[in-house]
Amino acid sequence: MREVAAQFEKPVLLFSGGKDSITLVRLAQKAFYPSKIPFPLMHIDTGHNFPETIEFRDRLVEELGLQLIVRNVQDSIDQGKVKEETGRYSSRNSLQTTTLLDAIEEFKFDACIGGARRDEEKARAKERVFSVRDDFGQWDEKNQRPELFDMLNGQIELGQNVRVFPISNWTELDVWSYIEKENIEIPSIYFAHKRKIFLRDGLIWSHSDYVYQEDNEAVLEEMVRFRTVGDMSCTAAVFSEAADIASVVQEIRESTISERGARIDDKRSEAAMEKRKQQGYF
Amino acid sequence: MEVLKIATAGSVDDGKSTLIGRILYDTKSLTTDKLEAIEKTSKQKGYDYLDFSLATDGLVAEREQGITIDVAHIYFSTASKSYIIADTPGHVEYTRNMVTGASTSQAAIILIDARKGVIEQTNRHFFINNLLRIKDVIVAINKMDLVDYCEETYNGIKADFEALMSKRDYQDQHITFIPVSALKGDNVVHTSDKMPWYDGQTLLEHLELLDRKDIFNKGIPRFPVQYVIRPKTEEFHDFRGFAGKVYGGELSVGDEVVALPSQTKSKIKEIYFYDKKYQTASRRSSVTITLEDEINVSRGDMLVKIGELPTIDKQFTATISWMDSQNLNPGNKYVLQHGINKVLAKVDTIHHRIHPDYSGIDEEANSLGMNDIAKVSFKLNKPIFFDPFKNHRTNGSFILIDTQSNNTVGAGFISE
Repeated sequence: MREVAAQFEKPVLLFSGGKDSITLVRLAQKAFYPSKIPFPLMHIDTGHNFPETIEFRDRLVEELGLQLIVRNVQDSIDQGKVKEETGRYSSRNSLQTTTLLDAIEEFKFDACIGGARRDEEKARAKERVFSVRDDFGQWDEKNQRPELFDMLNGQIELGQNVRVFPISNWTELDVWSYIEKENIEIPSIYFAHKRKIFLRDGLIWSHSDYVYQEDNEAVLEEMVRFRTVGDMSCTAAVFSEAADIASVVQEIRESTISERGARIDDKRSEAAMEKRKQQGYF
Repeated sequence: MEVLKIATAGSVDDGKSTLIGRILYDTKSLTTDKLEAIEKTSKQKGYDYLDFSLATDGLVAEREQGITIDVAHIYFSTASKSYIIADTPGHVEYTRNMVTGASTSQAAIILIDARKGVIEQTNRHFFINNLLRIKDVIVAINKMDLVDYCEETYNGIKADFEALMSKRDYQDQHITFIPVSALKGDNVVHTSDKMPWYDGQTLLEHLELLDRKDIFNKGIPRFPVQYVIRPKTEEFHDFRGFAGKVYGGELSVGDEVVALPSQTKSKIKEIYFYDKKYQTASRRSSVTITLEDEINVSRGDMLVKIGELPTIDKQFTATISWMDSQNLNPGNKYVLQHGINKVLAKVDTIHHRIHPDYSGIDEEANSLGMNDIAKVSFKLNKPIFFDPFKNHRTNGSFILIDTQSNNTVGAGFISE
């Protein structure tokens, strides 16, 4: 974090309202204490987020006196830059890429801090902590800079930008344990709650206007919680009774399903993440 | 929890990915969805056993070629430790990736195919782990199932490797030999009943018992200032904190320190970690330090204890590992990043190229190509404060950055 603030002119922290980006905010607070975090947060809003997440985001920003930039996928759709997906598996998740790249250009950000972790997914396992993107936001996985010792090379040309992943080496359990230890507040949807859901392909989907649902897919009301928080149309829940942080940590410790196992977007194909990353996704 | 980072190295087909997959499987670290994906793919390919290598071979391009091409990180944990495996490829041309993976690791696993024994690749892997001063090295003699779990074969390979050990630079390195079969699971996590002649630890047992205090190289405390914190708020009106990471040893409140390069003296007044104050900052902790006196310290400066000054010089000799497709020639200029400091460096002399397989040196080396390792002298446009790499892993290493492409093109280990 300190390297980002020192090596770049216009850094930004990409904030989704999820637990990983909330953890980043705490790390940034620590890195610069007693100063305020010296860069803004930016949220790429799909418009299909869980209302609990948005509420939480606004409260956090207010409490810490941070600057928040919000850019909407809806605007990219209205401008005709991207097309809404339709059908059974439609989601706005992959549309975020365009909105993100536009925002980087608009604000001339040269470094974007994100909460991606190498343990999440195979393509993310090869990311660097400082990962250079070209003018088009694209990732060239075969031409990455080697990272040695603790030395981070942030030299770039005008137009390039760097994606920075400070918690690259953390696992899901590490993040949860940290949230527990630091007593960090997180959105309520991470804890078990009663929700209207339906089942498809062995996954638990939220019943919502934003999620396409067949007539024969019955709505149930069950105790569930979310392990990752993204767009409503691409995040599946898990059945759970874990209502506080200690029981969530316990549950993760014993779990045999990977975190992204509940990400509908990754299930589309085995190489889904790598393809999205090459296009400029996180 | 304790985190241990391990570099793995092996030649193509030594079964490195299978070994990692086996560790993940036997420690129950593979999640149901990943296991299902492996079962499915193994079946599609018509294998009659589970292909664990599919657990780690990440990118599509690699899967098509059937080999790993970059450093990939794999995570698992046991009740006592968290592990990160840096999986680096074993081809000759990927020396750079091995150096990269090893630079952040505390232990290494070198794989040998029991049918092939010690080959040129083995020498290279050992050379690099030794050059980077990795404290603990496990030599896993794999595919024991294919040599009928034969003790003589194992002993022969062990003797060949020991012959190699006499040539190494860094003699304090701790080396352990373990006969394994990654495919069948012998001596990886569980003790094998096929090799009663071996009474040592399994691979995981060995890793579990490694003591963090032993394997992190100790040295003199060095505190490079990463960021100066000046909040300029009512509450912290005159606060001037120096933020950074402590390397090599610990620093405590009251320690008399010298700021480099100005050589101004002061004393440590407070040590902050977030909003709490501490008496001592331990090795590898990221803290903010305030000083008794108002002296001028900025990013890139270094705080060290009085009487423990590093070398301050505009020239030095180092062993470098070249990582770029464009050659390094005498007279070339690069940005040299030492810790967080960047200076301009000119290649003065290439003394000799070192064969990374212990087969000797080329005295007549006029130019260095990708994956070459060589002894090189540099001249800098301003002094840096360094220690020899053998005394200080952090303060004795640097990277070279191309002035045009901005790519990291080489890594160096300072000799003097």
